[in-house]
Amino acid sequence: MAEIFVCPQSDMKDGDRMIVRTEAGRELGVFFHEGAYYSYSNYCVHAGGPACEGILIPRVLDLVDENRRQVGQDFGKEMHFVCPWHGYEYDLKTGECVGNRKLKLKRYEVVTRDGGIYVIV
Amino acid sequence: MTTATTAPAAEVRRVTFDSYASDQSLIHAAEQAHKRNYKDFLIVDVDSHHYENENYAEVFEYIENPVIKRGALESIQRLGRSTMLNGQVGYQDIDGRITRQRLRKLEKIPEGQNRDIVMTKRWMDAMGVDYACLFPTPMLFLGLHPQVHVEVEMCRAYNRWLCERILAEEPRLISMLYLPFNDPDAAYETVKEFGGKKGVSGFMVTSPRYKPVHDNVYMKTYALIEEMGLPISFHAAYNWNDQGLAMTNRFISVHALGFMWFNMIHLTNWIVNGLPERFPKLKVMWIESGLTWAYALAQRLDHSYSMRVSDAPQLTRKPSEYMQDMFFSTQPMEMPEDKSILEATFKMLKAETQLVWSSDYPHWDFDLPGVIYDLPFLDETAKRNILGGNAARLFNLDPTPVKSIPDLDELRRRGV
Repeated sequence: MAEIFVCPQSDMKDGDRMIVRTEAGRELGVFFHEGAYYSYSNYCVHAGGPACEGILIPRVLDLVDENRRQVGQDFGKEMHFVCPWHGYEYDLKTGECVGNRKLKLKRYEVVTRDGGIYVIV
Repeated sequence: MTTATTAPAAEVRRVTFDSYASDQSLIHAAEQAHKRNYKDFLIVDVDSHHYENENYAEVFEYIENPVIKRGALESIQRLGRSTMLNGQVGYQDIDGRITRQRLRKLEKIPEGQNRDIVMTKRWMDAMGVDYACLFPTPMLFLGLHPQVHVEVEMCRAYNRWLCERILAEEPRLISMLYLPFNDPDAAYETVKEFGGKKGVSGFMVTSPRYKPVHDNVYMKTYALIEEMGLPISFHAAYNWNDQGLAMTNRFISVHALGFMWFNMIHLTNWIVNGLPERFPKLKVMWIESGLTWAYALAQRLDHSYSMRVSDAPQLTRKPSEYMQDMFFSTQPMEMPEDKSILEATFKMLKAETQLVWSSDYPHWDFDLPGVIYDLPFLDETAKRNILGGNAARLFNLDPTPVKSIPDLDELRRRGV
């Protein structure tokens, strides 16, 4: 295992993202969202696209009332990041592919110390 | 507690949405191209796109009828409030999730170079593509325009513009030219006029329309295309106003059904009315419907034909056998988890000689060459045939690779 310095904590505001490429050629995304850090492989499970480089957007929900009638749509609370190549959506907190939760991106541990952000690869 | 040695990163960069480059956005595709040695063999993309609307100011100058030309140029000034050309309700970019659709306007092009050509070659090289057959985008719906003369004028203007500004300038770009199918005489004249021009590798009918392909008014056009040795292709799209498709309420639905629907009708009419018997040397290609529709239709037509030969008396073979003489573009290629299902589809369509890879780039559901190259049931010869060999024979292209897959370090250094 190796610990890779990403950047000073002061360089990442809430909502920011960094892409790290290791000397071995591995790419991963580091997210800072609502006070927590997440890191995942930057290779989409679908076609190998840059999974961590698309937009962040909450899960879309169909609203169904107590009579099982569909009454509209809204954004939910589960935050997704989206592969910009084809739109594969991933759960930011787990790295699961939302369209098929059996698939997930490899997750990396993120640590902060002495004002710096590090990922363990 | 984690114990780890400290290692430097090769690169750390921030994700932003304020710049764009076609090759940069496909750097992972370029990695795949290097790993799979695409430099060693020909890859032909039989269905890719540009956005001709980005060049409407230029294209409209090619419209010959002064009244329609004025209408077209004036429509640009209305900034989308109402247009002379028809479109469709749609949100192919999944409401902004496919970021290249809105970022592409930020791409920087060297001064004096053709934006369309530069952007197209950038993505081609990144994917490992040698030649690309280029098609328009909004014009895929032009066959539904209520004014036939607008389809004819716009088609002619676009074809002239494409031939002069793109195909004459860039030998790696070819096209099967748009046929104004709603005016059979104009379609015939289009073939006659453009058939020998540089880069014109066939003719394309946009599938969403309501003229049956077996109408006698088209026979002279088919005969001429056959005589020229060129293919005719049918490029799928949807019509959300179609009575059946109008019942769908999401783009996923109208796309999944619509892109099969019109090609299913046209192919059925083509075979049942004996057109393969009447035009035995005419090469026919079906574009952008994926493959499962053909797998299903071949079985369904065979089943019905065996009981109802009187409905298709010109046929001397089973419908599926005629289909095995046709060409099918691969994208958007369905990927069942059980690959034996896909293998059966390939067998049904005689993939090794009849399947031709397509990307559909830069549209939302594009495919990379890896969809073919990574299949476990194909040998190297079959992969290379589907990725380029079959198309090279169809379009009479030199099989020597001409691409230049970008150096990854250089691409990263260059940034956007």
